[in-house]
Amino acid sequence: MSYIKVEDVSRQFTKADGSVFQALDHVDLEIKQGEFICLLGPSGCGKSTLLNILAGFEGASAGTVTIDGQTVSKPSPKYVTIFQNYGLLPWRTVLKNVELGLEEQQLSADEREKIARHYLEIVGLQNFADSHPAELSGGMQQRVAIARALAVDPEIIFMDEPFAALDALTRMKLQDEVSAICREQKKTIIFVTHDIDEAVVLADRIVVMTPNPGQIKTILPVDLHGQRDRTSPDFWDIRERVFECFALKPEDKTEYYI
Amino acid sequence: MHKVKYIGGSLIILLAFWQIVTWLGGWNEALFPSPLGTVRGLGELLASGVLAADIRASLSRFALGYISAVVLAMALGLVLGWYKKIWNYLNPVAQVLRPVSPVAWLPFIVLFFGIGEMPALVIIFIAAFFPVLLATVAAVQGMEPVYLKVAKNFGIGQPQILGKIVFPAVFPRIATGLHLALGTAWVFLVAGEMAGAQSGLGFLIIDARNNLRADWLMAAILTIGVLGLVLDGIVSYLEGQIYRRWGLTRRT
Repeated sequence: MSYIKVEDVSRQFTKADGSVFQALDHVDLEIKQGEFICLLGPSGCGKSTLLNILAGFEGASAGTVTIDGQTVSKPSPKYVTIFQNYGLLPWRTVLKNVELGLEEQQLSADEREKIARHYLEIVGLQNFADSHPAELSGGMQQRVAIARALAVDPEIIFMDEPFAALDALTRMKLQDEVSAICREQKKTIIFVTHDIDEAVVLADRIVVMTPNPGQIKTILPVDLHGQRDRTSPDFWDIRERVFECFALKPEDKTEYYI
Repeated sequence: MHKVKYIGGSLIILLAFWQIVTWLGGWNEALFPSPLGTVRGLGELLASGVLAADIRASLSRFALGYISAVVLAMALGLVLGWYKKIWNYLNPVAQVLRPVSPVAWLPFIVLFFGIGEMPALVIIFIAAFFPVLLATVAAVQGMEPVYLKVAKNFGIGQPQILGKIVFPAVFPRIATGLHLALGTAWVFLVAGEMAGAQSGLGFLIIDARNNLRADWLMAAILTIGVLGLVLDGIVSYLEGQIYRRWGLTRRT
């Protein structure tokens, strides 16, 4: 039985001029526990809407979403979302930001701090515990958000274009780190992106989505045998197949003469 | 360094202008004081301890009126900003009351609270209350939605969310309102103290006028100006600190 089950989900928005925008149109998707799924597509394809529905921030207009057999109706600390603009609380120190989710649990202050420090170490920010978010770079802030998400030991982590605001090199570095951390912690990850390379590097399966109306076009398994080398031939092979999905690959028009 | 130059320069311009007006006017010293006469008057007020006592009275009155207004307006603004439907009913009332000068209420204030200590307090309170209330409501309603998503995600419930997330998240925007309210309330301090208070800088002004001591009057005016500037400086500094901590660039 699949862990996350999206059945026939649609979502419409009524625009200001009264016209209806079909963000999601009869979407079906099944995800196994521990999978790393990338929702890939251009803007307007409904990938963020689907994520928001999965995370319980929005309701679907039709259809159902179940996680572990339970219908999703509101957000839960069991499924934590990481946002593009980090969502850190600027008035709190890095340590206190990581403790935020733990404060709703029955823990002593010492236990909270111990857990928070542990996860700060995992993301390599143990020396920045007393800094404030504004003092950190974008990449470091997103690491804090990752530590904060991991600290409550969620089953699923939803990521909504978490690296879109970072520069290319920082992004690649964080992709590798997130991939390693999440696989090690055995989390199920649903990751929204519009970056094809990012999806190929990270995903076990890439859910390719197309806009107008938002639909799943195809699902591509990524079989890189655990080797996420951006320069390997396998990588380029999968990348090429994604390009084909979006019809981005120019047709071969070379004329051959014998 | 430039700042010293500008401040010194503007002081010289003011003094020169004042002196020229005094010469050209040729009024009696009891009606319009010269700069030198004002300095002498200020010296008298300082030496007798009258000025210090009046400053103390005004500042403590101001602190009480301002702080109680700010606390109440922020608490109310937080709740009303959060429950939009209630605000929709109260907003027109607030919009009608807001542009009314607090001094206009004076007859009613005297009717309700009598003369003496209370009118000054109530007028400062009214002057500070509306800017802070409106700033808080606007700040809560315009809050960055990601903070709410994070709070809901981690299961932070309805009553705590206001104090734990919403209030600190919107505080920099409220701070702008606090700053504005401070200036407005200080302006109305004098008006408030003219309604039968027996101490304070407003009382000093009335007293100086009644005794035909224009030099004291001018000394009191300058004191009010300088104190207002100092208060503004302190709040500006605190506001800057908050903006830095929250990682915002200062709006100029």
